[in-house]
Amino acid sequence: MKDVAFGQYYPVESFVHRLDPRLKLVFLIAYIVAIFLADSFCGLAVCAGALILIIAFARVPLRKILRSVRGILFLVVFTAVLNVLFYTGDTVWADWWIFTITKEGVIFSARLILRLILLVMCSCMLTYTTTPVALTDGIESLLTPLKWIRFPVHELALIMSIALRFIPILMDETERIKNAQKARGADFESGGLVKKVRAIIPILIPLLLSAFRRADELGDAMDARCYTGGKHRTKYKKLRFSWRDLIAFFLIAAVMTGVVLLRVYGWAPL
Amino acid sequence: MRITAEHLSYTYNAGSPFACAALKDVSLTIEEGEFFGMIGHTGSGKSTFVQHLNGLLRVPSSLKKYKKKKLKKGQTPPPETVLTVGEFDLTNKKTDFRALRKHVGMVFQYPEYQLFADTVEADVAFGLKNFSEKKPTDEEKKAAVKAALEIVGLSYEELKDKSPFELSGGQKRRVAIAGVIVTRPEVLVLDEPAAGLDPLGKKEVMELLHKLHREWCKTVVIVSHDMDEISENCTRAAVFSEGNVKYVLPPKELFSHSEELLALGLDIPLTARLSAALKKRGVELDCDFTVDSFVESVLRLNGGASAENEVAPEQTETAPEWKGGAE
Repeated sequence: MKDVAFGQYYPVESFVHRLDPRLKLVFLIAYIVAIFLADSFCGLAVCAGALILIIAFARVPLRKILRSVRGILFLVVFTAVLNVLFYTGDTVWADWWIFTITKEGVIFSARLILRLILLVMCSCMLTYTTTPVALTDGIESLLTPLKWIRFPVHELALIMSIALRFIPILMDETERIKNAQKARGADFESGGLVKKVRAIIPILIPLLLSAFRRADELGDAMDARCYTGGKHRTKYKKLRFSWRDLIAFFLIAAVMTGVVLLRVYGWAPL
Repeated sequence: MRITAEHLSYTYNAGSPFACAALKDVSLTIEEGEFFGMIGHTGSGKSTFVQHLNGLLRVPSSLKKYKKKKLKKGQTPPPETVLTVGEFDLTNKKTDFRALRKHVGMVFQYPEYQLFADTVEADVAFGLKNFSEKKPTDEEKKAAVKAALEIVGLSYEELKDKSPFELSGGQKRRVAIAGVIVTRPEVLVLDEPAAGLDPLGKKEVMELLHKLHREWCKTVVIVSHDMDEISENCTRAAVFSEGNVKYVLPPKELFSHSEELLALGLDIPLTARLSAALKKRGVELDCDFTVDSFVESVLRLNGGASAENEVAPEQTETAPEWKGGAE
């Protein structure tokens, strides 16, 4: 069960943890744009440098961050190999049957690998350093302009935060039901695919029932407190920008400028 | 089956920022034939302990490694963790845990939430199918399910084809218990078996457990935080607090530690509270804190008064005057 905890919040106090979630979201989007704008190793190095700075200040163990990359390792290697083999370029290094390995292909693949790794690491840094509640608050706040076209932003954010909140609860519940069925001799490990799928039924049915029961109870509890969404709600935790956010803002601004300058003026030996 | 635990420790999420030590060096022995109680408030480690009893939680293997490393350095060797249930050595990874689970039945908190099958019969037979070497015949299955449903006080004919989700709360719990005892475990472990039931339902469940203890399961272990439940029913009880076992005593002796129990944030049975109040006023009672024996000993105070003399509430107020009759 612990493996599912991909990108789970890592509770420590740090500079990055205390940044405004809105800024972190904007940062992530800008960062993703930057790594795809960067068309040289110099540009990507700038991006990587920024990520290293963030990691240094986030106090999340490196082991954890690297583990998040492990999840996409197969995808990365797979795409890279395909690209090396099929990319058409001028400087041919090796040629065999339908495969040609060119200098351009190798460089292209290397950039792709770097991009993917940076992308995953940066996204994970967001979820490692931001609680789900702060994240949905941030999204709600960023989506506020959509309220003008009557888009139910608040309700969307509420659905998101409830869904996120329920993940650990349902995971606990799964564990409990699994244990209860194991105690009755259920076997989830051995057997072929069909047998394994069938073995899930005694977990799935009680789990679904309990999810519905919890949803009902939550609905009742919200009704009992006269919950209504909408514009008159105030927030327990107000989002505020601080000097930290200003520093982070300058960092992303610097990265963006660097990447764009490198691209436009083309000082790119590689 | 005798249950022995020595120096048992368990930490949830070990090695992460969420780490939480649930058991710290627990040693406990439960003899065969006992009706054993475990009491402690939420988070005291009692549920964690019982989950070890059928291998749902395991003694972490890192503990053994750690032990070896320490020994090499020539430091004092940490005490060896022992956990056995009858023949089964639960510290050994190679133990057949499925065979163990056949002998140790485990009823979780709110067991009715684990029901899943279309019919009551199929649900109760689930464990039977899982534990049998070869597929049980329909007759065997029927006989076993019928016996299990009947011992928990339900009618087989009436319920076998019903969906378990149509039943009332009390019936669901009985069906769930039947689903565990259908394989005739020698040891039955129940985590808060009476939680969420009304007083009558509680009484019925406890009566059912005594019946099971007499007829089917040699050893019964219950986890509870209700002192009255423990004092009324158990032969011995262990008090858990913050991952440690504070005392293991028969209820009678346990409640002579009333003040310590209160300090641990536990309730004490009404009878114990009453005798503590009487003791304060100089009246010593000799009773084992079940309601019957309490009434007996109060009546004995009254100069051996016969049972016809009811003890009226206002008479308890005048308790100090009976001092002479205490011995």
